[in-house]
Amino acid sequence: MRALKCLATSSNKFLTQCYNFVFIRKSSHFKYYPDGITSDKGKSLKMNMFQAINSAMDITLNKDPSAVVFGEDVAFGGVFRCTLDLQKKYGKDRVFNTPLCEQGIVGFGIGLANVGATAIAEIQFADYILPAFDQIVNEAAKCRYRSGNQFHCGSLTIRAPCGAVGHGGLYHSQSPEAFFAHAPGLKVVVPRGAAKAKGLLASCIKDNDPCIFLEPKVLYRSAVEDVPVDEYLLPLGKADIVLEGDAVTLIGWGTQIHVLRETAEIAKKTMNVNCEVIDLVSILPWDVDTVSKSVKKTGRVVIAHEAPLTCGFGAELAATIQEECFLHLEAPVQRVTGFDTPFPCIFEPFYIPTKWRCLEAVQAVLKY
Amino acid sequence: MASRVISRGVKVSQRLLLPFSFRANVKSRVGALSQMSDLPMFPGAQSQWTEKLEFSIRENAIPTYRVTDRRGMVVDHLEEPQLKPETVKRMYYCMKLLNIMDHILYESQRQGRISFYMTNYGEEATHIGSAAALTDDDLVYGQYREAGVLVWRGFSLDEFMNQCYGNCEDGGKGRQMPIHYGSKRLNFVTISSPLATQIPQAVGAAYALKRSSDDKCVIVYFGEGAASEGDCHAAFNFAATLNCPVIFFCRNNGYAISTPSSEQYRGDGIAGRGPGYGIATVRVDGNDVFAVYNATKAARKYALENSKPVLLEAMTYRVGHHSTSDDSSAYRSVEEAQKWNETDYPISRLHNYMVSKGIWSVEEENKLTADIKKEVLSAFARAEKLPKPNWKEMFSDVYSEMPEHLMKQMKMMEEHLKKYKSEYPVDQFKILS
Repeated sequence: MRALKCLATSSNKFLTQCYNFVFIRKSSHFKYYPDGITSDKGKSLKMNMFQAINSAMDITLNKDPSAVVFGEDVAFGGVFRCTLDLQKKYGKDRVFNTPLCEQGIVGFGIGLANVGATAIAEIQFADYILPAFDQIVNEAAKCRYRSGNQFHCGSLTIRAPCGAVGHGGLYHSQSPEAFFAHAPGLKVVVPRGAAKAKGLLASCIKDNDPCIFLEPKVLYRSAVEDVPVDEYLLPLGKADIVLEGDAVTLIGWGTQIHVLRETAEIAKKTMNVNCEVIDLVSILPWDVDTVSKSVKKTGRVVIAHEAPLTCGFGAELAATIQEECFLHLEAPVQRVTGFDTPFPCIFEPFYIPTKWRCLEAVQAVLKY
Repeated sequence: MASRVISRGVKVSQRLLLPFSFRANVKSRVGALSQMSDLPMFPGAQSQWTEKLEFSIRENAIPTYRVTDRRGMVVDHLEEPQLKPETVKRMYYCMKLLNIMDHILYESQRQGRISFYMTNYGEEATHIGSAAALTDDDLVYGQYREAGVLVWRGFSLDEFMNQCYGNCEDGGKGRQMPIHYGSKRLNFVTISSPLATQIPQAVGAAYALKRSSDDKCVIVYFGEGAASEGDCHAAFNFAATLNCPVIFFCRNNGYAISTPSSEQYRGDGIAGRGPGYGIATVRVDGNDVFAVYNATKAARKYALENSKPVLLEAMTYRVGHHSTSDDSSAYRSVEEAQKWNETDYPISRLHNYMVSKGIWSVEEENKLTADIKKEVLSAFARAEKLPKPNWKEMFSDVYSEMPEHLMKQMKMMEEHLKKYKSEYPVDQFKILS
């Protein structure tokens, strides 16, 4: 470890490159900022995000006899360990593998929910949710509406690991939230860490509408913090101000929140400005009030997400912000996002909206 | 579609372990071999060896089960279901009602009074025969050409008409196209247009019902065209591997809009696929209401007793056009459809059966036809007179509770209508008190 630090601070170009190769590519593009949301929620334990998610499902299975957890490879604990030991605890009829077929998984889940069972479906990677797009958008989202509220699938929750992971390439890195944000009837939620994940997943499971819960997979092991042991619910549709400020509003969700917090730190250090960082939390429906209140205060906005720019959810935010806050805006809304390319493998460090790209956008809106 | 190329949360040290083949030496392998049976041991299938290179293809088609012949005469009396005359007459009544309602609503669409319609001509026996073999608690998922199931369960003529008109009495609040019926009361899940999506949903519902240990099964209807969708594959496979008490009921009527079944598949119909998924399968004469009844009844018993799926393929012929937006003479001869109408129509077959049993007369037939016509026309007139729902129903039920952004959009429309009321058909829509 010390040797690596030496490498990192070395002025030798070759050694620096070695460090970059060995360390930066292996590590992530962010540092994790633990949440302090646990104080009023009873006894807590250190957990990472996959353990927190596991805990939410464990509590559900324990309390709700109709609840089932299913998907590809969930029986042995899941490829990301989120369902670890749940089959042992609750039996094969409640936690089980399905055939490898995403449209089947979601269709099956809608049917379970149609008759009132709590259905927690897992799609192994958000990249593979698209075979189920029809079931999600045409069926799950519209079920209540088209039947005049006679039938619904409100007890369905679809969990899927999403986002950049360092080396996921085209099909293990995607952030598909904007595709689903265009589908009335769905709720789309992205947690930024372990404690949020547990409370939000519990809310999604209990919510009366079909929810897509996108879990930034790079946080599964790296997001470690105090997480309440008992059940608790965090509100859907509400954004969090994770850092208060008055100069610029930085909006993101998932892993990007940590990037933005670091950006805010650097901005404070280098420019002595206070950025306000907002975790949107819910993509659909999203919290217009919290966002516009903040923008009316700061007059400047940077939106950052990993997904591509064009028609990314940042576009929806930007359009609404200009409509709601037109007279308060001091600079054009900036979007720092993935590029309009597929998510590349070896170029990932250049693709993602890094703290440096975010910082540059902060500088730009301040200078405008 | 999921690829498995990336490491999946497995620790690096585990991945670096040498595979077993490198660890066993030749001697121990020979020793182990001598103790084994000589059957194939591959986990993916249990089979025998063969030293003859042969491709497998099924040569004989699955036979079509029937109880009566085309004239409505029972072929093997041991197969005749011992139904009370009242039950047989009720079956007949339901088939006639469906047929007459179809005629009237088809014509009303031609006159522009409703926007769309799909008839059930030629397939009445598949609906009534199967519905009669279920209990009313069994959950139904349909495609769109199963209105007879609702008729059997007691969906009223008013309910049919209200849905087609999308008036303020429609349980679906006028949001879907005509014939997209649904009824919570009658355990008939609301129809949606995307084909085959209901099939894996029915499997999930069957799984949940099995777990809540109700004595209920699920039946799901679909056409032979829909069976080409990926969702059908998903459903068959999930139902088999997850042991779900679901009846897959395929209406094979020879056409998917203009596409003949010869362009839909090359195997032995849909029934031919069942055994490939490990699903008990039967093919029946779909124009024979008793064959459909017997098969569905046996399927229900099998599904519930074994907690397993059953596949039922009912062979029939789509006598009518695909829908009111389709003219079937563009791809098949009028004579072909006419032939089915005249020589093998399910209603005529049941009629002949009843006459041969001495439980039906010309007078009864005439009275029934006249009564049904009257009932249908008066329901039609009632539905036509009712206003459409309040336009604000456009915004409700998107979510269980209306979110703020939708309230805002509704408010915007309200303000807009205050100014531009005369430009919208507000008079036809109900005013909220």
